[in-house]
Amino acid sequence: MEFFRIQKDIPFMKHALVFNVISLVTFLLAVLFLATRGLHFSVEFTGGTLVEVGYAEAPDVAKVRETLTNDGFADVQVQNFGNSRELLIRLPLQKDLDSARVSEKVMGSLKTVAGAEPQLRRVEFVGPQVGKELATDGAMALLMVVVGIMIYLAFRFEWRFAVSAIIANLHDVIIILGFFAFFQWEFSLAVLAAVLAVLGYSVNESVIVFDRVRETFKKKRGMGTPEVINHAITSTISRTIITHGSTEMMVLSMLIFGGETLFYFALALTIGILFGIYSSVLVASPLVMWLGVSREQFIKPQAKKEEAVV
Amino acid sequence: MNRYPIWVYVTVAVALLLGVIYTLPNFYGELPAVQVSSAKATIKVDSKLMERVEAALKAGNLSAGGVTLDATSVRARLATTDEQLKARDTIERALNPDPADPTYVVALNLLPATPAWLQSMHAKPMYLGLDLRGGVHFLLQVDMKGALTKRLDSMSADLRSLLRDKGVRHGGVAREGNSVLVKFRDAETRDKGRNAITDSTADLQLSERQDGADFTLVGTLSPQSQNRIQEFAVKQNITTLHNRINELGVAEPVIQQQGSDRIVVQLPGVQDTAKAKDILGRTATLEIRMVDDTAGALEGALQGQVPFGTELYTERGGQPLLVKKQVVLTGDRLTDAQPGFASDTNEPAVHLTLDSAGSRIFKDVTRDNVNKRMAILLIEKGKGEVVTAPVIRTEIAGGRVQISGRMTTTEAYDIALLLRAGSLAAPMEIVEERTIGPSLGAENIEKGFKSTLWGFAAIAAFMVAYYLIFGLVSVLALASNLMLLIALLSLLQATLTLPGIAAIALALGMAIDSNVLINERVREELRNGASPQAAISAGYERAWATIVDSNITTLIAGLALLIFGSGAVRGFAVVHCLGILTSMFSAVVISRALVNLLYGRQRKLDKISIGQVWKPQGNQG
Repeated sequence: MEFFRIQKDIPFMKHALVFNVISLVTFLLAVLFLATRGLHFSVEFTGGTLVEVGYAEAPDVAKVRETLTNDGFADVQVQNFGNSRELLIRLPLQKDLDSARVSEKVMGSLKTVAGAEPQLRRVEFVGPQVGKELATDGAMALLMVVVGIMIYLAFRFEWRFAVSAIIANLHDVIIILGFFAFFQWEFSLAVLAAVLAVLGYSVNESVIVFDRVRETFKKKRGMGTPEVINHAITSTISRTIITHGSTEMMVLSMLIFGGETLFYFALALTIGILFGIYSSVLVASPLVMWLGVSREQFIKPQAKKEEAVV
Repeated sequence: MNRYPIWVYVTVAVALLLGVIYTLPNFYGELPAVQVSSAKATIKVDSKLMERVEAALKAGNLSAGGVTLDATSVRARLATTDEQLKARDTIERALNPDPADPTYVVALNLLPATPAWLQSMHAKPMYLGLDLRGGVHFLLQVDMKGALTKRLDSMSADLRSLLRDKGVRHGGVAREGNSVLVKFRDAETRDKGRNAITDSTADLQLSERQDGADFTLVGTLSPQSQNRIQEFAVKQNITTLHNRINELGVAEPVIQQQGSDRIVVQLPGVQDTAKAKDILGRTATLEIRMVDDTAGALEGALQGQVPFGTELYTERGGQPLLVKKQVVLTGDRLTDAQPGFASDTNEPAVHLTLDSAGSRIFKDVTRDNVNKRMAILLIEKGKGEVVTAPVIRTEIAGGRVQISGRMTTTEAYDIALLLRAGSLAAPMEIVEERTIGPSLGAENIEKGFKSTLWGFAAIAAFMVAYYLIFGLVSVLALASNLMLLIALLSLLQATLTLPGIAAIALALGMAIDSNVLINERVREELRNGASPQAAISAGYERAWATIVDSNITTLIAGLALLIFGSGAVRGFAVVHCLGILTSMFSAVVISRALVNLLYGRQRKLDKISIGQVWKPQGNQG
């Protein structure tokens, strides 16, 4: 079997401008959503209490909400979780209540709702200080990944490649976040881990294309910069799609079978992998071109000398 | 050309064998068990206890699948959960004749059913996190300011008795904010006092001050002693928590310090969070103070005029009580409290034991206050409750105190428990809680397992269809990667969580990348006209650089998560990083070894099974 029967190099760079415009538009949209809607942070970051309860039969959500509100939980959010028999109850940090006791009070209150016997499945309580720390730690982790990858790329390539790769992949991160902002999906620590993992994973894609670019510059003399890039992308595209496809199969399996807990984690990975292919190949490469990469940067004088002898 | 030296094959074989051995314990599942550990610091768990447990089980006609002894507990495995419950009751009755005062903690537990030969190689199943086995996780914040205040309070009491012992007259010792003030009548006495204090303690930095007619010594804690007090506070709180959690009968509690001022408590299998919180969150500290029995003072206080230096409390029985603010003793001076009976009247009583400093203070106080009442207060979150307010009958020396009268046996037991559960060196607050029900834990395991299984199956099917034999080799390499990763996690006894399972799945999804790289490179070499043997060799070699690259960037992300991650993220990061390491070994070394075994020895290799090698028509001519 061979999926990729490509006769000639695909002229990706002809459409370089189109790709960059598409990215710019999605990027700006993502920023817009992030700015206007903001991320829907999980309790881990905001602090607060989350109670997951299961029922034998589907409970009346409205009634549960009413009971909780009447019992003094003013800002309570009640929603179904996964299926109609499970409820997720979210409470912001309570100033006047002894916050560590909130979950018991919620359970007590739930037991008074007629007709349904709730079963406690999960409680998460995060105090304000811990929430803040988790948020700072998360930001630090993101920063360290970006800096670490930049240093690595700077060692590995010259600056044009490093800059393009990191721009392309940060734009991925922003787009994933944009999705989470637009749909108001819950942004948890696990999602953050997924974002960072996918960042490390897809930067590699740019590295592979750039390696080929460098190799092609050295090997094939008569080609212009856009042709070299086209050749590099075309010759790596089958690998790119197959590996990402395989990883995505695993991620899809998590999305389908992993249940609610892994859902957003897998979702972030999915978006990250799809945009990762696009951006590390079709965003990073044009950027390198705009930044003015050329053959002269790769051919060392010594190599020239040897060739002259031959 | 595609042959490995023998030692590489041997390395691969050994790695795989170790992989099998250390993965194996995860397949045996768990057996219900009863775990017996000591409830008291003075009672050791030894082989005698083991014999007693065995005897008890035999008497109850229960066949244990092996009774084992380790450093802190005796564990008996049972065949079914029914027998487990019966066995617990039997052992409980045999070991704790007095249920009110248990000597041993008898708890239900699940033990890995790993066979003995595996156990002898330290092969254990992975340690499951709370989100997979169900239980409670708390993060407690120790109030360091509270610890310092408490220490200063008890220091004030020490100074008082010190000055009295040395015969230095003082005009009062009091704590003000973060310092202790000692007032003197004149500068000479102050110098004497100063010498006495510096001789006895190095913790206080003293300075002199003059307030009107008072010559004052201001003592503040030196930074070193502040640090020491804070360190000690966390340590003591951990010890106290250990004692308290013993009451809960949890089989494998985890109590650890995290950072400088936090304590993690994990109670696997505990569902009753309310009770757990009651016990943990009991930030109670004990204080012994004198009762103000001045005639009329109580009546005045009830009408809203509380005399200076006293506080109004309600006794357990509901009667009001006026208690002086000055603390005679704090709970740190108390070393033990046991319920029992009074030696003279045979009434229910509580026996207290004080440490030497406490005994001295107590002797002085009781000598001066015979026939007056003292109050033992339990201070919880700034609010005090009078546990008991006995009358002092005689001077009490030697530090053995008996409180009796007006209490039942149960009350005596309760009071002793409250006093004994240890006082915390500093108040604590729960800043994070995670409770996972047991059903959710099992579900999480199943979901994580299913995701990995189906993802793996999909990848395997695709790889075999697309790359034929080379695909099969890749799948075998991926399977050995999975096995090595699980073996490594089991060997390190790293905690496996749901994010950890997700990381295993993701590691597999990403690890296949290396094999795709290799296979594509081999195909490319074939496309360019290389001979099969040359193509294999060149394919593996050229792919290596790219594989390293791809793993380094992923590893950077993994390490950042490991360093800054906490909780869920850390569980993910550990597995993620380990997975990258095992995948490099398996994708390159193991798959190459397989390919070499398959093809390496054939001199005339015309064709290798790597799927269709399609050549662009332009190149064919």
